[in-house]
Amino acid sequence: MTATTATVELPRRPAAAARAWRLVRRHLLDVYALLALAYLFLPIGVVVAFSFNNPLGRFNFTWQGFTLRNWAHPLDYPGLGSAIQVSLEIAFLSSLVATVLGTMIALALVRYRFRGSGATNLLIFVPMTTPEIVMGASLLTLFLNWRIPQGFGTILIAHVMFNISYVVVTVRARLVGFDRHLEEAAMDLGANELVTFWRVTLPLIAPGILAAALLAFALSIDDFVITYFNAGTTTTFPLFVWGAARVAVPPQINVIGTAIFVIAIAAMLANVLLQSRRARRA
Amino acid sequence: MDVQGRSLTPRRLPLGTRPYALLAPGTAWLLLFFVVPMVYLAKMALSQGLFPLFRFDWAWSNFTDSVSAYRTQLVRSLEYAGIATAVALAISYPLAYWIAFRGGRWKNLLLLLVIAPFFVTYLIRTLAWETILSDGGLVVSILRDIHVLGPDGRLLATSAAVIAGITYNFLPFMVLPLYVSLEQIDPRLVEAAGDLYANRVVSFARVTLPLSLPGVFAGVLLTFIPAVGDFINAQLLGTPKQYMIGNVVQSQFLSLRNYPTAAALSFVLMGAILVLVLVFARALGTDRLTAGAAP
Repeated sequence: MTATTATVELPRRPAAAARAWRLVRRHLLDVYALLALAYLFLPIGVVVAFSFNNPLGRFNFTWQGFTLRNWAHPLDYPGLGSAIQVSLEIAFLSSLVATVLGTMIALALVRYRFRGSGATNLLIFVPMTTPEIVMGASLLTLFLNWRIPQGFGTILIAHVMFNISYVVVTVRARLVGFDRHLEEAAMDLGANELVTFWRVTLPLIAPGILAAALLAFALSIDDFVITYFNAGTTTTFPLFVWGAARVAVPPQINVIGTAIFVIAIAAMLANVLLQSRRARRA
Repeated sequence: MDVQGRSLTPRRLPLGTRPYALLAPGTAWLLLFFVVPMVYLAKMALSQGLFPLFRFDWAWSNFTDSVSAYRTQLVRSLEYAGIATAVALAISYPLAYWIAFRGGRWKNLLLLLVIAPFFVTYLIRTLAWETILSDGGLVVSILRDIHVLGPDGRLLATSAAVIAGITYNFLPFMVLPLYVSLEQIDPRLVEAAGDLYANRVVSFARVTLPLSLPGVFAGVLLTFIPAVGDFINAQLLGTPKQYMIGNVVQSQFLSLRNYPTAAALSFVLMGAILVLVLVFARALGTDRLTAGAAP
C-alpha cells in the first residue's frame, strides 16, 4: 500500500471500519442466539430423523435408509405399549392429585397470614433443590422400612411428592396478581363463598392451574431417576428406554419421543393462545 | 390483602384454622414422603449390616469410609457439574438477553422454542447425543479430518462427552431464571445510563448485569444441583472412568444393596451442595442480590 492512497483513504477508513464494527456488533448477538437455538434443536433433529431410519441391527445409531414402517407400527416392540400406558396413567393421576394439593397450598400461602407459613415455604422449596437421586434413595429406604412392595403405587406416591412444589410455585405466581375486589363484588351481589369460589376465583386462576397441571404432567412423564429407585418390576416409558439402551434401541422409541414432543408443543401453544385470547377479551 | 381476605370470609370454619385446612393434605404428603424418608435415610447412613438386615448404631465411620473410598467420583462430580454450569451460563446468558431485549412481540414464542427440545424424554435426548458423538458420526469424522482428533480419536467415552451431555440436559434450568430476571429490567434504566454517558459495555456492567444477578444465582443453583447428582450422562456417554457420585449411589443402592454406604454418600452429596451454594451466595453478595430483586 503506497503513501498516496493512504492519504486519500485516511478520512474515510475510520468511518467504514466503525460501520463494519457496528454491523458486527449489532448482529453478533443475533448470530450467537441463533447458534444456541440450533444447538438446542440438533439432538431433536436427530431424534426425529432417526424415527424414519431403517436400522440393520438392534441399534439405531447409524443411518441406513428411509422408512415409514416405524411410524406405521409405533408400538411394534414387546413391552413398549404397556410401558407407555403406565407412564400415561401415572402422569395423569399424579398431576391431578398434585394440582389439587398444590393449588390448596398456594391459596393458603397467598391469602392468609398464619403461623408456620415460613416453615411451609421451606417445605415447598427444599424438594426442588434436592438432587433427584437423594429423593429416590430416601423413598426407597422408606418403602423398605415399611415393607411396602414397590410398583405402580409407590411410583405414583413419588411423582405426586415431587410435583407438589412445582404446582405451588406456578399457581402462586398467578394468585399474587389477583384482584380480590372481584370476589368482594360477587359477595356484594349475594353470592355465597362457595359460589364465589366456583364462579369467580376458579375461572380467574384457571390458566395458572392448567399451566401447573401441564408442567406436572410433563415432569411426571419424563421422570427417570426417582422412578428408577421406586418402580419395583413396573416399567414406565423412561425405564423402558433405559432398559432398551443396554440391549437394543428400536426406532419405535424415536417415534414415541417425537410424538410426545409434538403433543407437548401443541398443548403449550394452545395454552398460550387461550391465555392471549382471554387477555384480549378482558 | 390480609384484612380484605378476612372481611369476606366470615362463616363456617373459624378463621384461624382455615389456612391450615387448605395446607393439611399437601404438607402431610410432603412430610410423609419427603421429610420422613430423609429421616430414614439418615438412620440408614448410620447403620451397619448386610441386606436386608441393617442395624442402627451411630456408625459415623460410614461417612469417613465412603468419602475416602469414593473421593475420586465425588471430586469428579463437582468438577463436571461446575464446568457444565459455567458453559450453560455462557450459552444461556446471551440467549436469554437476546430474547428479553430483542424478542419484541415474539418473546413468548422464542421462549417456547427454547423449552421445546426438553419435551423429548431426557433419556432419548441423551441417546441422541450418543448418536451425534458416535465414532461413525459426522462430528467425529470432521474433527478427524481437520486433525483436532487423531485418526483413532473419540468423543464418546470421554469427559468432554459427559460434560457436554450434562450441559445440554439442564440448559432450560439456566435459561428460564435468567430470562425472567432480564425481562423484568426496565429498559429506561439502560437508556438512562446511556444518557449519563456510559457506553454500552459500562451500562451493561453497571446496570444490566447487577440487575440480572438474582437470575444468575437461581440459574446456577438450578443447573448445578441436578448436574452434580446426575448419573445418566456418565452412564450413556462415558465409561466407568467418567463415573460420578450419582453412579456410585445408584449402583450401591440398586446393584450392591450396600444401603448404609449409599445413604452416607447421599448426605455427603447434599452437604457438598449446601456448602458450595453458601460460598457462591456469599461471593455474589446477598445484599446485592436482594437489591437487584427489588423492582
